[in-house]
Amino acid sequence: MSALTALTLAEARDGLHARQFSATELTAAHVAAIEAARPLNAFITETAERALDAAAAADQRLGRGEGGALEGLPLAIKDLFCTRGVATTAGSRILDGFVPTYESTVTARLWAAGAVLLGKLNLDEFAMGSSTESSCFGTTINPWRRAGDATPLVAGGSSGGSSAAVAAGLCLGATGTDTGGSIRQPAAFTGIVGLKPSYGRCSRFGIVAFASSLDQAGPMTRTVRDAAILLGTMAGHDPQDSTSVPAPVPDYEAALTGDVRGLRIGVPREYRVDGMAPEIETLWQQGVAWLKAAGATIVEVSLPHTHHALPAYYIVAPAEASSNLARYDGVRFGLRVPGGTLDEMYENTRGAGFGREVKRRILIGTYVLSHGYYDAYYLRAQKLRSLIAGDFAQAFAAVDAILTPTTPSPAFALGENSDDPVAMYLNDVFTVTANLAGLPALSVPAGRAANGLPLGLQLIGRAFDEARLLNIGYALEQAAGPAPKPARWWEAA
Amino acid sequence: MNALIDGTNGPWEMVIGLEVHAQVTSEAKLFSGAATAFGAPPNTQVSLVDAGFPGMLPVINARCVAQAVRTGLGLKATINHHSVFDRKNYFYADLPQGYQISQYLQPIVGKGSLILDMPDGSSREIGITRLHLEQDAGKSLHDQHPSLSFIDLNRSGIALMEIVSEPDMRTAEEAGLYLTKLRAILRYLGTCDGNMEEGSMRADVNVSVRRPGDAFGTRCEIKNVNSIRFVKQAIEYEARRQIAILEDGGTIHQETRLYDAGKGVTRSMRSKEDAHDYRYFPDPDLLPLVLEPAWVEALKADLPELPDEKKARLIADYGLKPYDAWVLVAEREQAAFFEAVARGRDARLAASWVMGDFFAMLNRLGKTVTDSPVSADALGGLLDLIADNTLSGRLAKEVFEAMIETGQPAAAIVEERGLRQVTDSGAIAGAIDAVLTRNADKVAEYRAGKDKLFGFFVGQVMKATAGKANPAAVNELLKARLG
Repeated sequence: MSALTALTLAEARDGLHARQFSATELTAAHVAAIEAARPLNAFITETAERALDAAAAADQRLGRGEGGALEGLPLAIKDLFCTRGVATTAGSRILDGFVPTYESTVTARLWAAGAVLLGKLNLDEFAMGSSTESSCFGTTINPWRRAGDATPLVAGGSSGGSSAAVAAGLCLGATGTDTGGSIRQPAAFTGIVGLKPSYGRCSRFGIVAFASSLDQAGPMTRTVRDAAILLGTMAGHDPQDSTSVPAPVPDYEAALTGDVRGLRIGVPREYRVDGMAPEIETLWQQGVAWLKAAGATIVEVSLPHTHHALPAYYIVAPAEASSNLARYDGVRFGLRVPGGTLDEMYENTRGAGFGREVKRRILIGTYVLSHGYYDAYYLRAQKLRSLIAGDFAQAFAAVDAILTPTTPSPAFALGENSDDPVAMYLNDVFTVTANLAGLPALSVPAGRAANGLPLGLQLIGRAFDEARLLNIGYALEQAAGPAPKPARWWEAA
Repeated sequence: MNALIDGTNGPWEMVIGLEVHAQVTSEAKLFSGAATAFGAPPNTQVSLVDAGFPGMLPVINARCVAQAVRTGLGLKATINHHSVFDRKNYFYADLPQGYQISQYLQPIVGKGSLILDMPDGSSREIGITRLHLEQDAGKSLHDQHPSLSFIDLNRSGIALMEIVSEPDMRTAEEAGLYLTKLRAILRYLGTCDGNMEEGSMRADVNVSVRRPGDAFGTRCEIKNVNSIRFVKQAIEYEARRQIAILEDGGTIHQETRLYDAGKGVTRSMRSKEDAHDYRYFPDPDLLPLVLEPAWVEALKADLPELPDEKKARLIADYGLKPYDAWVLVAEREQAAFFEAVARGRDARLAASWVMGDFFAMLNRLGKTVTDSPVSADALGGLLDLIADNTLSGRLAKEVFEAMIETGQPAAAIVEERGLRQVTDSGAIAGAIDAVLTRNADKVAEYRAGKDKLFGFFVGQVMKATAGKANPAAVNELLKARLG
């Protein structure tokens, strides 16, 4: 392992500006790390050549004293973001051969700021899943193992390629997308920081849609500061996305003072769920103690409709997905499996192109929207969604942020939940509420389970209050001390 | 107009409602910046949004929204300041997203009305149920390849207004008048070119029949009829088809039908049982459409004079009969032409010329007011020569024909051909004297009581003056001479 891949994004940025090393050296170190980490199956597409070209160009700009906020910093991108000239798969066979002629707004902003693309990261098919096990490119392996146990574990999902790559030091940061927890759960499973911004903070333009009213792009990094830096470039209004919000983007990095004195932190009693591991409860109490010690006031709050969140989510998300995925029909791009008639071609293409979990959600979504069921399912789910948002509005009248665990358990083994979709869906129990309410939520590594696996704490904030949220996360990070790194077993493999 | 159809055992009444798809006049599509010009080569006016590529998002075109609001105002309809775009989901190869963005429960325009101008001069009000905005689909070409269909996405994403009427029409004729009036309003507003041949206006026709006074019968919907003539033919056929079934003891099944213009029949397309479940839900890519009341008011203040107001004004200002006024108003250019001719002149004379000889000439030549060989100014010039007695009505017709042929103004033709009418009573009197002298025998017969000979003398005088004598002066002087 090279010293350059051990740097944080902020350290690497400062090192480049101080001319301690070049962008080319930095990128080459990461390219080598990626090659050595192929057993993790974090990447779907590696773009080493393009990365080195971009790094050389960044070096030129840095040499002239120019360059953007992320000049020369190698990043990797979840393969849900369309990237011009680089295959974009969404983890699905149905996008076989699809190379976009266009760039997503979020990635375009990263490249405009000088960042370097290392490659495209594995994910659950169309971001539907909590383990990357639904990817047609195979499962990403968590860099972490249980103490004394070589059982391969999942890196979470759907942004499992992103979490594994960041945790294993294969990139300085990555993008993820979060529809029900797809940034935060994998971040918690791999001991890194993941931020789902407020709905509308980052443009969705050019991101393969899963559930449009819930999807949001966000940064996945090894530190809170790095997340603040990346978000500063990713965020902003985009006229190409009608749901993106024309609010100014503050200097998130400058907000990281670590001073949380006088802030009121809510602890929602409804998040104590049955079957939650005792070590999760302990971690939560530890987080409360850290913030109290840092001068925050802890307030118990109630979010009474919490237990309706998961059912509401698993109606709204599949409903939107069933419609969003209708365009994958074999007519214009991606896979086409011919048939004797148009309907046969559709059936052959979609039958071969979509995996089990995607088909399951298309069926659920089609069902809940169908005539005679719409009112009973979709409309009621939307009403619950309003109630859940109302719970938060009420809580945020009394507190500045809410602290919860990110997941009810640490990373699980491959195959452990794959026969039981409901058990898999329970991974989202703490995270879906923020998506349903459109609120920013941050997962910060905060401790380890008895078996040595990392655990995360989640902070939920007011809409567009990312700066404060990141600062509270920064305080937690400071209190928790330097996050441990996984043993690099894959380099020996 | 007899609204009833005679059956074998009593009369039937038709009930007709129309859903018109009108293409919004706009440079760009409803949710993308792609162009909308008609007749471009296939797939040359398609953005990635229109083609449904991954990650593409719709952004509403404010121009199309303004056009829909203006149309709503023109239909005296409620403007909904809060409306919602929904997805209508179905699979078809020319529907790239797998759904059409439309408005289902909360359309941009609510209830309004439209006045039919009946040939007998009366009016009839037809209710407008709603108007909503939606995207058009692409076009499938099934005749380009033996086994495959080709897809042209130029139309994909073009803005349409769907304008739905109440089931208020009772004859095919009324349906025709409704479409004519709607098209006139759209054209006045400039919100749709109303060109049915190019598909910028299409009608879905709902037809049912009932015994007068009964509740509505089961309706059939005839999809996508693309001319007013075909709409009327389709209704006549469909009503008779339904009556035949009912009189035979059968029942009508709700279904979608197509009109085969070649055979003049409607054919079943799909029944209610096979109807799509469109799984409508609000499009999460678009926020609800919220209109500022002041913006709507500004659009309202800026509306042009519309057919009904223009018709009322023509009746009031020019003393036209209601139906004549409607005939002029039906096309904005015709009304403008008439007003240009009538301004400062005898309105009745102008109306009779414009709607008489002038329209007859256009019909004969297959032209319209916009490419007429005789301009409004030129026609006005002719009328001025009638008004100052330079020309008699008869001469004026001759001059008008010459104007069509030569394109010259009336005055020049009058000069060149010496067609000026003779009003000088001395000259006329001389001609009369000559005629009476030459026909002394007939004068004697006339004076003996054969009154009918008066016309003969007039004819002879006109002949002698080569038709230029003022007919009124001839009459007057002849009477005096013949005692």
